[in-house]
Amino acid sequence: MEYFPNILFAIVLVAGIGFFAKNVGRLRRNINLGKNIDVSDKKSLRWKNMAKIALGQTKMVVRPIAGILHVIVYIGFIIINIEVLEIIIDGLFGTHRIFAPLGVVYDFLIGSFEILALLVIVAVLLFWIRRNVIRLQRFIKPEMEGWPKKDGNLILYIELVLMFLFLTMNGADYQLQSMGAANYAQAGAFPVSQLLSPIFQGMSEATLIMIERTAWWLHIIGILLFLNYLYYSKHLHILLAFPNTYYGSVEPKGKFKNLQAVTNEVKLMMDPDADPYAAPPEDAPEPEKFGASDVSDLNWVQLLNAYTCTECGRCTSECPANQTGKKLSPRKIMMDTRDRLEEVGKNIDANKGEFVDDGKQLLGDYVTNEELWACTSCNACVEACPVSIDPLSIIMDMRQYLVMEQSAAPSELNNMMGNIENNGAPWPFNQMDRLNWKDES
Amino acid sequence: MESQLKVPTMAELFAAGEEPEVLFWVGCAGSFDDRAKKITKAFVKILNKANVSFAVLGTEESCTGDPAKRAGNEFLFQMQAVTNIEVMNAYGIKKVVTACPHCFNTLKNEYPGLGGDYEVVHHTQFLKQLLTDGRISMEGGQFKGKRITFHDPCYLGRANGVYEAPRDLIRKLDAELVEMKNCKKKGLCCGAGGAQMFKEPEKGDKDVNIERTEQAMETKPEIIAAACPFCNTMMTDGVKNKEKEGSVAVMDIAEMIAKAEDL
Repeated sequence: MEYFPNILFAIVLVAGIGFFAKNVGRLRRNINLGKNIDVSDKKSLRWKNMAKIALGQTKMVVRPIAGILHVIVYIGFIIINIEVLEIIIDGLFGTHRIFAPLGVVYDFLIGSFEILALLVIVAVLLFWIRRNVIRLQRFIKPEMEGWPKKDGNLILYIELVLMFLFLTMNGADYQLQSMGAANYAQAGAFPVSQLLSPIFQGMSEATLIMIERTAWWLHIIGILLFLNYLYYSKHLHILLAFPNTYYGSVEPKGKFKNLQAVTNEVKLMMDPDADPYAAPPEDAPEPEKFGASDVSDLNWVQLLNAYTCTECGRCTSECPANQTGKKLSPRKIMMDTRDRLEEVGKNIDANKGEFVDDGKQLLGDYVTNEELWACTSCNACVEACPVSIDPLSIIMDMRQYLVMEQSAAPSELNNMMGNIENNGAPWPFNQMDRLNWKDES
Repeated sequence: MESQLKVPTMAELFAAGEEPEVLFWVGCAGSFDDRAKKITKAFVKILNKANVSFAVLGTEESCTGDPAKRAGNEFLFQMQAVTNIEVMNAYGIKKVVTACPHCFNTLKNEYPGLGGDYEVVHHTQFLKQLLTDGRISMEGGQFKGKRITFHDPCYLGRANGVYEAPRDLIRKLDAELVEMKNCKKKGLCCGAGGAQMFKEPEKGDKDVNIERTEQAMETKPEIIAAACPFCNTMMTDGVKNKEKEGSVAVMDIAEMIAKAEDL
């Protein structure tokens, strides 16, 4: 029985990480449902982008209040994770504060974790107030009703609880240390948790040990639960922001990709030697679908984008269409893409690895034509995203499907395109009159 | 007195065995839209004054395909692109200047992948270069001390990172450049991009150009400077909607320079 806690810890740890790994596998599988895209170019620029945007949070601080609060929580979670390493070693080997021999360094580490934990608590409370009391516009848009709103708050509650458990654990430990309890050698500095001392005053050693152990266990179990919650929430950005900023566009924002399938067709049309009546060979592959109507028509970076989105809504608040009351919300485009992708993934899981047609698709069942036609392609959403998500590319891909596969453009646009086709301008003017301005006064 | 514009075509120069320094891509708006034609002429006047050797394609020019591409018609876009590239490559074009940010973006970013590799500059960049090289001189003249706000065209600013060339030119006019609350990277669209110019807006509370005009009005400008024929139209409509056309002018930067120089 001596090793019971260690064995229990190992089981909890393996279960927590194992379940998470299973979901990571599912995530990878779903993202790989997207079309291939070559992102092997400009490696050094990509690393630089990741370092600047994800690691350095440069785009977060464009909005200083949310940005600085976020940086606090971000640094807090990264730094406090050093503590998790100690907890894991202690848990597996039955030690207590294994890093304590680091002495002054250890004091400094624990001291800074505590200060960060306090700052995280303050930041999280302010985040909660922004969402629930001040009710900032971007947090109460229609797409945020229901689960997304709950999800956002739940994450804040979990973070709050984790920080309190961490401080309770340290506070009890500090008390035990000053009582000279066995196994609780003097180690660490506790600038924040020693403020809890009055609460622990007069408690017996046994009670304090129970509090310390309970907080310790709940803290690590909480972290493992949070890790596993990521996949079911909008919170995957804490991991995916890194690959997403690496694979994000490295081209000027105005450069939209040229569709290769169309280039092939156009080349064939321009080729004077091509036989216009030739039947396709027997073994010819299905002609490629133009544009996107469902998630599998998007490329995998676009699908990675969808899982990375944390629904902050900066894109939507900068969108000129959304600002003027149109239905389009770039955030909703990303949420819809993710939700549909999850639906497709569950379908595959339920049908032994094969997708069975469910009569639904991203276009129509999630995203309406009205949303797509409201876009001005101004790139404000792309610029606003703190983690290099590109909602515009998905909008454009779906427009391509509407126009090239369904001929479903608004009639005014059909007129415009008819004009371009017939006389080389979007208006009905004769190409032969193109230089008339020269002689007009 | 308006002097005769010198607007050689590529075909004429080619026949004479000459090669211009730069091709002026006029664009559909610049060729056909009454308001935009004035911008085209103002730019040509500056080119003539500076003795820039340029040419236009004239009747050999056709839509770049930008509005078709943004509307989702990749097929039509590529047909237009391939045709235009064939014409330009036949003339051995190396450098292109255009007063339309949509043409600029498409020619610069989307033509290379289809075989059209040119150095493409926006007219504000070109004018800035002429100034730096001492080929034009600018005195503020009538724009001295005027409050001017600059509306960033999305396809010049965010799409291609050109923010300073137009602003430098405005400052050179000794004008007082005042920025809107949303400018540069955060500039608000005029509402015309993505083929919206050619359709009615979707249902909403307000038109985008009205929102943008209100932002411009907050700076109490005498002139709203534009650098795109479509933005120009949208902002002009916005100013009219606010019944301010008597006190606020919407002008392209090329027009301002031409006017300052009494061209």
